[in-house]
Amino acid sequence: MMKTPAWIQIDRRPSPSGLTVFAISVIAILFALVMAGLFFEFYGVSALRAYGYIIKGAFGSRLGLTETVRGMIPLLVIGVGLVVAFRALFWNIGAEGQLLMGAVAASGIALFSGIPSPWLIPAMFLGGFAAGALWGVGPAILKAKLGINDVITTLMLNYVAIYTVHWLILGPWKGLTQRGFPYTDRFPTAAFLPMLGGTRIHLPTLAIGLVAAAVMYFVVKKTRVGFEIRVVGENPDAAKYAGISQTKITVLAMVISGGLAGVAGVGEVAGIHHMLFNPSSIALSYGYTAIIVAWLARRNPLAVILTSFLFGVIMRGGDVIKISLGLPFQLVNVFNGLILFFLIGSEIFVRYRVRFGTKKETA
Amino acid sequence: MEKRGGMATNNSVPLAVQLSGIVKRFPGVIANDGVNLIVRRGEIHCLLGENGAGKTTLMRILYGLYQPDEGEVLLHGQPIRIGSPKAALANHIGMVHQHFHLVPTLTVEENIVLGLNEGTGPFLQFKKTRQKIRRLAEEYGLQVDPGAKVWQLTVGQQQRVEILKALYRDADILIMDEPTSVLTPQEVDGLFGTLRTLVAAGLTVIFITHKLNEVMEISDRVTVLRKGKAVATVNTPETSKAELARLMVGREVIFNVEKKPPKLGEKILDVVDLHALNDRGLPALRGMTFDLYGGEILGVAGVSGNGQHELSEVLTGLRKATEGRAILEPHDLTECSARTIADLGVAHVPTERIRVGTVPTMSIRENLILKSYRSSAFCKWSILNEKAAYENACKAMKEYEILAPHDGTAVGNLSGGNIQRLVLARELSGSPKFVVAAHPTYGLDVGATEQVREVLLKQRDRGAGILLISEDLDEVFQLSDRVLVIYEGQVMGIVPAEEANLEEIGLMMAGSHREEVTS
Amino acid sequence: MSWESWVISTISRTLAYGTPLLLATLGEIYAERSGVLNLGVEGMMIVGALTGFAVASQTGNPWFGVLAAGVVSGLFSLIHAFASVTLRANQVVSGLALTMLGLGLSGVIGRSYEGRPLMHTLDKISIPLLEKIPVLGPAIFQDQNLLVYIGIGLAILLWFVLFKTRIGISIRAVGEDPATADSLGINVARVRYLCVMVGGVLAGIAGAYLSVAYRPSWTDGMTAGMGWIVIALTIFAFWNPISGMFGAYFFAGLFVLSFRLQAWLSPELLKAMPYILAIVVLIVVSRGTLQKRMGAPSALTLPYTRGED
Repeated sequence: MMKTPAWIQIDRRPSPSGLTVFAISVIAILFALVMAGLFFEFYGVSALRAYGYIIKGAFGSRLGLTETVRGMIPLLVIGVGLVVAFRALFWNIGAEGQLLMGAVAASGIALFSGIPSPWLIPAMFLGGFAAGALWGVGPAILKAKLGINDVITTLMLNYVAIYTVHWLILGPWKGLTQRGFPYTDRFPTAAFLPMLGGTRIHLPTLAIGLVAAAVMYFVVKKTRVGFEIRVVGENPDAAKYAGISQTKITVLAMVISGGLAGVAGVGEVAGIHHMLFNPSSIALSYGYTAIIVAWLARRNPLAVILTSFLFGVIMRGGDVIKISLGLPFQLVNVFNGLILFFLIGSEIFVRYRVRFGTKKETA
Repeated sequence: MEKRGGMATNNSVPLAVQLSGIVKRFPGVIANDGVNLIVRRGEIHCLLGENGAGKTTLMRILYGLYQPDEGEVLLHGQPIRIGSPKAALANHIGMVHQHFHLVPTLTVEENIVLGLNEGTGPFLQFKKTRQKIRRLAEEYGLQVDPGAKVWQLTVGQQQRVEILKALYRDADILIMDEPTSVLTPQEVDGLFGTLRTLVAAGLTVIFITHKLNEVMEISDRVTVLRKGKAVATVNTPETSKAELARLMVGREVIFNVEKKPPKLGEKILDVVDLHALNDRGLPALRGMTFDLYGGEILGVAGVSGNGQHELSEVLTGLRKATEGRAILEPHDLTECSARTIADLGVAHVPTERIRVGTVPTMSIRENLILKSYRSSAFCKWSILNEKAAYENACKAMKEYEILAPHDGTAVGNLSGGNIQRLVLARELSGSPKFVVAAHPTYGLDVGATEQVREVLLKQRDRGAGILLISEDLDEVFQLSDRVLVIYEGQVMGIVPAEEANLEEIGLMMAGSHREEVTS
Repeated sequence: MSWESWVISTISRTLAYGTPLLLATLGEIYAERSGVLNLGVEGMMIVGALTGFAVASQTGNPWFGVLAAGVVSGLFSLIHAFASVTLRANQVVSGLALTMLGLGLSGVIGRSYEGRPLMHTLDKISIPLLEKIPVLGPAIFQDQNLLVYIGIGLAILLWFVLFKTRIGISIRAVGEDPATADSLGINVARVRYLCVMVGGVLAGIAGAYLSVAYRPSWTDGMTAGMGWIVIALTIFAFWNPISGMFGAYFFAGLFVLSFRLQAWLSPELLKAMPYILAIVVLIVVSRGTLQKRMGAPSALTLPYTRGED
């Protein structure tokens, strides 16, 4: 253990209760809120006023609430997948790229496959899932068979995906009707996802997200496969001893995680943009933000519904303060970064109990 | 601390090290119980004992890795407190551990110099370093290429680097912890030659071992440790292997458990010429042949590190055999996966029961079905039957007296005894026909130990064939019907328990074949 | 343009673009060699870019900007060091958080600097005799920034320190086998903190180079993902500063060529090459002996505790 002064005593907390974890997470977020508040003050804006705007902007109007949900949808879908991957001890940092490949698949099917509706949209979702899953399975196999670091491989593939999209929109898929802009053509209306009237909430993806959260919760907690995933993630040695194949489980977890990220990508292009264009405007860092969403959900798929909503609020808040207060959207990144730091900083309070007083001799 | 002039003497020979009344406790066990050790300057002094006797703990105290709870350490007659390995090195005490403290990707000279404040500023005087290394190598016969990367060296060469590391820091007391366990016979000869040269030059060597051959060959004096106490110190020329064996294993009454005579069933396991490598790639099993019948307990006696761990892993599918067969009719276990073997009804109580045998963050209930979750009793249409798991847990907790608030408690919160009971409950509940039990009572208190032994006997009476691996000879004798002695991956002899003679067993454990012993 | 002047300008721009890559990679190599993965390079670089620009604007002296950038990014990196080494938190998450924070902070604070021109940028220099060498002369020794040469010098110096000095041995030991290093009296935490900070300082200087010399200006997000190429480059260079130098110029060359060869070769393919190559390297190095010779430091991303409970 790190050296501590004699009057601080740190011992391992045996098994943190759910309540403890929740409480500590909430405290971490509050700290982040306070620090971000300092930023507002720095800009001459009262922090309370700013937070007031954000709350109003996120909940106070129909537009606000629906925009919050719009931001929540991809975070929910990806977040559930990430929770599954993290549970199997696979650090999927590549959700951004998997999302984009899902978007690519959906765009390709929408623009060129000629599948008629009503089969077109299901085909797009299936294709998107498959593309995302494929994008994620490579790193899984590399880790299981060759022990190659999953963080790096998934991260690198993000950029390969970005450049793939660039190539497509500037090259073979360049839109004929887009006056030279780097966009594909607009999708046929058969490929437009049904929306909640007048909003930007694309319903199928939202439904998939909610269903996935419930299904994954059930799978992880109550099924055989979920049991195997948990054993692999919580003690790989015991998994080997029990005869569980780490390779199969890792690959399965990444099929689910990559596939769900791909589905999020389908939702973005088929529900919001109706075309494939600049990858960063499609992905909007959802892949990275979802990591925080999954982390905060403490590996519980159902909790992702809550945490994705929270971050939907934050993203909406970013828009709001830009419009109403003229503050830069980048504050969202500051806020996200702060939350993440306080969260991982708070882990030590979850794992260990800090007491003040002199150390008693242990037998 | 500078070497002081005056020193305590023992029979007018200067003393290098004196450990006086050393007591060291760990949770649940007294590793050193009032140990006195006197090592004379310029001798090779062996510390002999089985595992758990306290040899390594004692030396770790001398090397500053542990602090004694009671007692004192005297170096050249002066009491001293060694707070860390760095302090030990500063006092010219060097230690070559069983698992080398070497960085594989660095070169020999880089490893030797690691942590030292040499050279001008941050730079290294490689030429000077190399010269000093070469000089030391020549002086003591430790040939090694200073520029070679450590991972490229053989184990014997790596050990030489470790010795050089100590010599480079002007060590005059060298502690070697089971140094021959990783060497080939030729390398062992080389090492002994080196040690004799070192001693001739005035160094003192403390040599931890469990191998009687080596003690007789290399040491001047030997101290025998048993169960935390120093039992005797003798001059090697005046003793014999037989006497040492007797001192090492003790003379307590060994039969005090009610045991029905075995009701032997059919042969269930046929092991023929089994070979396997250990994690370092060296041979761990070198042609083991034995069989096991239903209704008996075959105890595997031997000092830890002679292949028992690898044997248990090969028989349960966690390690691949390189040669040989292990037939559990009609399957050859060497060709089965861990999963298949578990499904075949082979129970495995692993050596590291917490690290390997349980998932500490999961509940008692879930750990109890860690292997059986696939079966139709607990899993239907891929969904786990929680009710069945709950009932199973309740039954197991009652039957095996696992004490915990409820079945949902995380296993990591249980005491060692309860975890062992849980593992036993899991492994033995399915009426297995073959049980591999590795060190089942290690670290348990008396009550838990009794319970575990009773359970094993019950299974044996039920007709299971049990392979019991244990370092506790008492336990092996109390429980086994036959005793197999393992040494360096080979079967030294298989003896029916009633015929077993402690001295013979001790000799076999230390390297003699049965034929040599009984003649 | 003539073939000759095409080559000259390509090499010249490669050197220029490769310099920030090189500087930041040298820093990350040190951090990872000590066992700490720092995914916060992008964040540290952009913080450096803003600091460099801001201080250069305010003081009128671009070199102050560069120095300030190094200091500020170095301090910024301490957050990651604290989280990774002292709190033993997950290094991946901590690094990502650092990047988010860096991008966010620089985007917010940098707003007032957007669109402003920089009056005094880093001068270009030319080395008198050497610039006369045909073709290579003007390519390498003419109209380059001093930081380019500093970069090359640093690569050699840092290589020397890492492999030929006592400090370097300690760093490498800490990254491979912290337990052994600890048992020999090396302060593992201190070495890791220092290496992470070196990474921060160099990333900051790299960022400042971008905003003060390469394209004197400040825009939100101007590092444009260069930090992630650095992560790839660290692997591609087998954690070796000299290879890092060649790798940086190689990747920079790919980037420069991606524009120039647009007519023949898909620019996206060339731009994606660094990332693909990093994965290829990892696969190649995953086999046995190569892993030992050139692989990642064994303790990378693993927090160290002395004697686990």
